[in-house]
Amino acid sequence: MSDFEPIVVAFCCHYCAYGAADLAGSMRLEYPTNLRIIRLPCTGKITPVFLLRAFEKGADGVYVAGCLEGDCHFIQGNLVAKPRVNYTKKLIQEVGLEPERLEMFNMSAAMGPRFAEVAREFVQRIKELGPSPLNKNYHIQSDAA
Amino acid sequence: MVIGERKPFDEIMKMLEGVKKIAVMGCGGCVTVCLTGGHDEVRVLSSQLRMARDKEGNPIEIIEKTLERQCDPEYVEQAEGVASEVEAVLSMACGAGVQFMAERYKDLPIYPALNTTFVGGSKKEGYYVERCQTCGECKLYFTGGICPIARCSKSLLNGPCGGSTNGKCEIDPEIDCAWQLILDRLKSLNQMDRYSSMMPINDWRTNRDGGPRKMIREDFQR
Repeated sequence: MSDFEPIVVAFCCHYCAYGAADLAGSMRLEYPTNLRIIRLPCTGKITPVFLLRAFEKGADGVYVAGCLEGDCHFIQGNLVAKPRVNYTKKLIQEVGLEPERLEMFNMSAAMGPRFAEVAREFVQRIKELGPSPLNKNYHIQSDAA
Repeated sequence: MVIGERKPFDEIMKMLEGVKKIAVMGCGGCVTVCLTGGHDEVRVLSSQLRMARDKEGNPIEIIEKTLERQCDPEYVEQAEGVASEVEAVLSMACGAGVQFMAERYKDLPIYPALNTTFVGGSKKEGYYVERCQTCGECKLYFTGGICPIARCSKSLLNGPCGGSTNGKCEIDPEIDCAWQLILDRLKSLNQMDRYSSMMPINDWRTNRDGGPRKMIREDFQR
């Protein structure tokens, strides 16, 4: 389990978290390579289907990163996303996955260090939870070992 | 519209025990509007089912499809291609849709994914309230457009009862007293004369008490 490197899908808003990721890179900040970033025009685009599909395809953790509350480029997209993420937590719990595998974060495009911090913390959280039972790649590798 | 709520996930899983290939069939009518059985919900439930079964090491193959409506033979017909390929259909329509599917596909088990709950409307997005009990004898002319059958907890025809306090019902302080609403509205419409005449005992034969109902438009019969 100690060599477990989770796959974390991060749905990032173009106007904040995606910019923050860019800034983190420009600032030469280190954050885990486990992240698979998917850019969204706004977190208001997120639906439970997107999040579930990520888990279905074997993601060990998924998070949505949107603008600070009150700062959404489209006025309230991030406020639309928040209850959807919470609702999806219940959906994955029904399936038998830990709701902690899914989270929503808020940050601005100027918060490069915060982006790296969130990435580190979340990846650490998923490492502690262990691989998702749906992560076939991990299970195939460990069976072969 | 007809409002439905999704059944608990475990109950759905139990219905599908031993089944390897199913169709999750959405309905584009009422349940799409009330966000419980439309195209999106089909995708969500299918995804959940695939994950839960994968986790058990007992994968399930799912065909996702949404019909225009499941309560109309001409649309139910369109599921034919899918129906021939699966062991069972999990219908996300209301009870009527499930039964129309079952009538059309006689050899195929059709399971309900929803509990059909009531006839109502949306107060706001994602918030649905009951407004009609389909009693078959509409009284809204007398009651200012507010239904005493569906909205009074006791379905009183000559209310309010003693349980009405500050405009709220005794069964739950969140529920408005229907008769208070009716009174207020009749007053504002200047139609209080309608309140002063007694309403006769209801004829429940037009409700479910007269057995299953039907409605026939003669000019459409060939």
